[in-house]
This record gives sequence, C-alpha cells and structure tokens, in this order.
Amino acid sequence: MTVQVYWEDVAEGMKLPSLVKNVTTRQLVQYAGASGDFYEIHYDKDFAQETGLSGVIVHGALKSAFLGQMMTDWAEPLGALKRLSCQYRGMDYPNQPITAKGTVTRKYQEGEQYLVDCTIWLENPEGESTTPGTATVMLPSRIANAK
Amino acid sequence: MSTPASFLTDEMREQAIGTESQPVTIVVEKGAIVNFAQAIGDANPIFNDEILARKSQSGTLIAPPTFLRSIRAVQPEIPFEMPFERLLDAGSDWDYFEPVRVGDQITAVGRIIDISERSGRIGLMIFIKTLITYSNQFNEVAANQTNTLIRY
Repeated sequence: MTVQVYWEDVAEGMKLPSLVKNVTTRQLVQYAGASGDFYEIHYDKDFAQETGLSGVIVHGALKSAFLGQMMTDWAEPLGALKRLSCQYRGMDYPNQPITAKGTVTRKYQEGEQYLVDCTIWLENPEGESTTPGTATVMLPSRIANAK
Repeated sequence: MSTPASFLTDEMREQAIGTESQPVTIVVEKGAIVNFAQAIGDANPIFNDEILARKSQSGTLIAPPTFLRSIRAVQPEIPFEMPFERLLDAGSDWDYFEPVRVGDQITAVGRIIDISERSGRIGLMIFIKTLITYSNQFNEVAANQTNTLIRY
C-alpha cells in the first residue's frame, strides 16, 4: 500500500497517481461473472461485430471501477470516496493498455469534512480520453487530527 | 435496421418517468466482495483481506465503489413497447454515504428520472436515466447511482 495522503498535502492542479490496466478477454468474462452483466458484446466477438462494433468491448462499469480504484488507492484507508461520475464516450478494447488519470481541481472544507474534487478520465493507447468524469474524496486532515 | 425519425411522445415520457423497479435485496457476502475485487483487478486489502481490513477505518471488509452494480434487476420496466434491441451503457454518477460492509443487507430500487431521444451516428437513440437507491439494514442510504442507458 502507498503512503496515506493528507488533505494538507494536496494542491489544486496536482496530478493523481495514474493507474494502468491491461484488460484481457479473460478478465471481461471474470467481470461478467462477478457483476452479473452477461451482455454478449463483452465476450462474443461475432455478436459484437453483428452490432457494428469492431470486436468485444470493455464493460462501461468495469471502466468506472478502474476510475474508482484510482480514487480509493489514493484516498484510502483513512479517506473515502464520496462521489464518482463518468461518461462512456468512446469504446475501450481488451488487450491494450487503458490508463486512469486525474487532476485535483478544488480543495475545500464542508463542515467537518476535508474534501477534494478531481477531474478524472481513462486514456486509450492513442492518448484519447474515452471516459471523462469527476470524483470527490474526503481526506484525513493533519490539522483536524491535531485538535 | 430501419429506425423511425422520432419515437417518444410526451405521453410516453410522462408514463415512463417515475416508474420504479421491484426492490431487490441481497446480503453482501465476503466471497462476492473478494470475487468482485479480483474481477476488477483491485488488490487493495480493504476489499480483499479480512485480517488487514480489521485494522482499517471501517474495521471490516468493505465493497469496492462499483460493487453495487452486481445487484441486478434494478432497471424499471419501460411501460410501453420499445422496438430497440441494442443497448449501451452511457455512464453513471455515484454518491456514497455509507460504506458497504460484509454482512450488510442492501435493498436496491431503481426509478426512471428521465427519458429522451437523440439521433446519432448509430440512428435513433433513447436515453433512459435511472436513479438507483441502495439502502442498508439500518435504513440508511449507502449509495445512489444515476445510470444512463442507451437503447438503439
């Protein structure tokens, strides 16, 4: 596990540690089983091509799980994810790297909570954003802990 | 496939918006959390290791943020015929209020909050926006998911 990030360590404009995923078709089947989403476009190439796709595609919800992981890797165990939002604008395919990236856009306090808003996205190997989104995490505070 | 230029009428929109799914209740099992974490490739001990998770903030194994997707049958039935066979997931907005812990009993209910249409490269697309509320056994809302599905 990485070192816990505290709210005081964060600055607006800061990049989040990125996360690279290489999805295999095996993982798509594994995710279909774990999530119960058995729509054939995610594991049946013929079916996927009949619907006009070039091949099987990565589940949107699996892509949001990658963005969720980037956020929880960063905020947990003492912080927590409060909000995760993303749109599946472009298809992502197995057997090629998908990179989750993010930037801090706002740092603020709301009541007792020390919060950070981020812009997040997934990038395909061409460097295009396929899955833009936003996230909010609550982080532990050194100031609050010291009180 | 031939698609009509327009499909939805104001009456259909009124009929659809507010339609709820039957509630689905599950008990969150340890194996289901660990399977899900492995399927998404997330090795974080708070989702995988009961012993290490005991020392964490929540004191127990918790579910990864999108685990609640594994509760199926939360899409409300559209109250009219939909001549669209294909489906795409357009995205989700999640709000988290309480962690989902091992042993929690989660009840999920979906409600259609918007339905609209748009023409695109793939023909006429129907956008169905559903708010899914996940409550735990203490009647606390653990999370809300607003999901947009495209039928085309």
